[in-house]
Amino acid sequence: MDKYIIELQDVTKKFGEKEALCGINLKIRPKEFVTLLGPSGCGKTTTLRIIGGFETPTSGDVYFEGKRINDLPPYQRQINTVFQKYALFPHYNVFENIAFGLKIKKIPKKIIQEKVAHMLKLVNLEGFEKRDIHSLSGGQQQRVAIARALVNEPQILLLDEPLGALDLKLRKEMQLELKNMQQRVGITFIYVTHDQEEALTMSDRVVVMSEGEIQQIGTPEDIYNEPVNRFVADFIGEGNILDGVMIEDFQVKMEDKVFTCLDKGFQPNERVEVLIRPEDIQIVKGDEGMMKGIVESVMFKGVHYEITVKDEGGVRWMIHSIHMVKVGETIGMVIVPDAIHIMKKAVWK
Amino acid sequence: MVKKIWKGFYIGTIYLFLYLPIFLLIIYSFNDSKYRGNWNGFTFRWYRELLRDHTIVSALYNTFAIAVLSALIATIIGTAAAIGIYHMSPKAKTVWMNITYLPVLNPDIVIGISLLALFVWMKMKLGFLTLLLAHVTFNIPYVVLAVLPKMYQLNPYLEEAALDLGATPLQAFFKVILPEILPGVITGGLLAFTLSLDDFMVSFFTTGSGVNTLSIKVYSMTKLGVSPKINALSTILFVGVLGLLAILQRRANNMKE
Amino acid sequence: MRKQWLSAPYGLWAIVFSIAPIAIIAIYSFCSRSPYGNIIYEFTLENYQKFLQPIYLRVLWRSIILAVQSTLICFILGYPIAMMIAGSGSKQKNIMVMLFVLPLWTNFLLRTYAWMVLLRDQGVINQVLMALKIIDGPLKLLYNHNAVLLGMVYNFLPFMVLPIYSVLSKIDSSFIEAAEDLGATNFQVFARVIFPLSLPGVISGLIMVFMPAVSTFVISDLLGGGQTVLLGNLIQNQFLVARNWQFGSAISMMMITLILITMGLTAKYQREGGRQLW
Repeated sequence: MDKYIIELQDVTKKFGEKEALCGINLKIRPKEFVTLLGPSGCGKTTTLRIIGGFETPTSGDVYFEGKRINDLPPYQRQINTVFQKYALFPHYNVFENIAFGLKIKKIPKKIIQEKVAHMLKLVNLEGFEKRDIHSLSGGQQQRVAIARALVNEPQILLLDEPLGALDLKLRKEMQLELKNMQQRVGITFIYVTHDQEEALTMSDRVVVMSEGEIQQIGTPEDIYNEPVNRFVADFIGEGNILDGVMIEDFQVKMEDKVFTCLDKGFQPNERVEVLIRPEDIQIVKGDEGMMKGIVESVMFKGVHYEITVKDEGGVRWMIHSIHMVKVGETIGMVIVPDAIHIMKKAVWK
Repeated sequence: MVKKIWKGFYIGTIYLFLYLPIFLLIIYSFNDSKYRGNWNGFTFRWYRELLRDHTIVSALYNTFAIAVLSALIATIIGTAAAIGIYHMSPKAKTVWMNITYLPVLNPDIVIGISLLALFVWMKMKLGFLTLLLAHVTFNIPYVVLAVLPKMYQLNPYLEEAALDLGATPLQAFFKVILPEILPGVITGGLLAFTLSLDDFMVSFFTTGSGVNTLSIKVYSMTKLGVSPKINALSTILFVGVLGLLAILQRRANNMKE
Repeated sequence: MRKQWLSAPYGLWAIVFSIAPIAIIAIYSFCSRSPYGNIIYEFTLENYQKFLQPIYLRVLWRSIILAVQSTLICFILGYPIAMMIAGSGSKQKNIMVMLFVLPLWTNFLLRTYAWMVLLRDQGVINQVLMALKIIDGPLKLLYNHNAVLLGMVYNFLPFMVLPIYSVLSKIDSSFIEAAEDLGATNFQVFARVIFPLSLPGVISGLIMVFMPAVSTFVISDLLGGGQTVLLGNLIQNQFLVARNWQFGSAISMMMITLILITMGLTAKYQREGGRQLW
């Protein structure tokens, strides 16, 4: 038990008639950076709020270091939160915001000052003590919110879409910074986002959620390369997802063609879904490929071209390639066994 | 250009209409004549007589005591009520808002006589206490209506942030929520104070013999033949209000800077 | 902690001091009267029937007429003022609004009393007119219908101007520019854009003037001098002089009904934020 800092067991949450969480099981180790990822309304924020103590589960249990904490109010948990849009106290300045938790705990003034100064240094805001919250930029407010939470030396830091309000460039910088910070302070970060790229960049493990259920838990590589179902494949990165049939081990049939793959263990003729990432399709000359198609559109995306190809069966493929092709050109496509990922067909309720 | 002159003329006439009576009272308060009409020379006599008239002084005391107390009680009950209403389900909210609008929309005279009926039915002695209860009653809704919008403007995560940082719900209220909604609370309190100060109708029906407020005193003075003391009283009140407004305006300006 | 419970003290207060009193007069209005004037808890429609006598219907009619007249005059005088204030520079605007609020802060009775001083036989107006030899003897200005009407307009004009102003000042000037851009003349801009957008303010103004006007007894008492009996005077008289609380209650219930009807008639024009004076 002890090796997990937070454990959720069969947690459900209902808001009136609506079921926001339907049986979540999640174990998080100390010092882990875990991201809850999913579209809005998937239950990720509710999960975070249950861990933070702002919601109580309708059923199921929450454990903190092995102790059940279902009914422990937020102010008695060794967990702090960085809120969406920060929730900084507008009537306090930067120093007073960060010192809030320490003052509540009646820590001596001198120590408060030292700790706040230390925190401001950590978040690169030295000398900002007296500043008014309204005079700060979004990124600076963000840092104050992090400092305000971390200064209490929590065991776990919860972050609810903390970068949502920042522009793209700042987001990227803050992603790196947050990751660094987590490693430096050495505590558990539980991070909520709907941005898959953010999740893949920062996390040790990603929890993909949809409609109140956990779809997959795994490292970013697992999630990207081995998605367990169509939802995860679709949500993480871009991909071509086709219906297929497993003829036998290592042989999948799609578009009336049989491809060799690396997957096995399916029933003969089991219907499956096949994921092929756009960057895994190689473009060759017209007749040299396994399939043929006509280029419908080409868009330059900076690093690569995003190419849409319509094959002979009328299926559209998305391909990422560094090679330029022309619209209307007939090209061939090669899909090596390693590029094919077979997923169980989801049983949709 | 002609249009502008007409505009100025129109506005001027309206403001003259608004202020002529008030200025007239102020001028007459310095007139050394018992019967208004002729100007008999400048005097402070009416001011001296006013201060010597202890029925007026005691009415003044009652007025302010009731205004301060009723505003205070209404502010506390009303602020708590606004916070409660904010956290209610939409259906409950509608019911409570209707209850809140009841004394706002009910004519003062009906509030007055219905409270009179209640107090008599409860066999309460009409006087200071019944006045106070009546004033609190019509004041609370205005506090609720002043505080509620502030609750809606409040970032709902602020309270959670305070709890998250270790504050108990009570600490969160006093350290975070209250400072945020304070402008609404103060507005509501001031509104309650001025409404109470100015009230005549409700006071008229809910007070008993011997306990007067300024409005009631003025009313009975107009009935009993007019004394220029009223003019002096009006002048003092007008100047007082003007001074208060000037201070408030100054504060508002300072805050803007 | 269940935060809704914070409303409990207010709820209790409202039940005891807002709802119960109205329930009491509602009950009284259906109660009989003993020969000595005491309340007997026996159902009767007598009090309402009494109100249907011509003498009382005339009072009702007079109250409504006066309230409607004063409301209309306030609207006709007030709307242009509200527009002018809304259209002036921000510094002027504040002062002009303040000048409209200021009289509200001085005692209502004193303001009404001031008109007694102006209008009486030896009052300022008569004296000035006589000094100018325009008239020989004093005009009877006080204690009549017009004096009451004047008092109402004087006291309630700010209630009309302020809500209209507050709505007008919030109208996005781009609407007006858009209308002008589309070729509307000044009058068309006003009739098609400004006035419809200001309707919520107009409605609150109408209600805020009509309500006190229909229920007042002070203005009619001081400036009408017993000549102009209104619903308010009738209620006051029944409660404090005639001691017929049942009848007084019935008149009060009629007054509440009258106000509910006006509210109902205007409710559909009333949008949120409309009735805001402060």
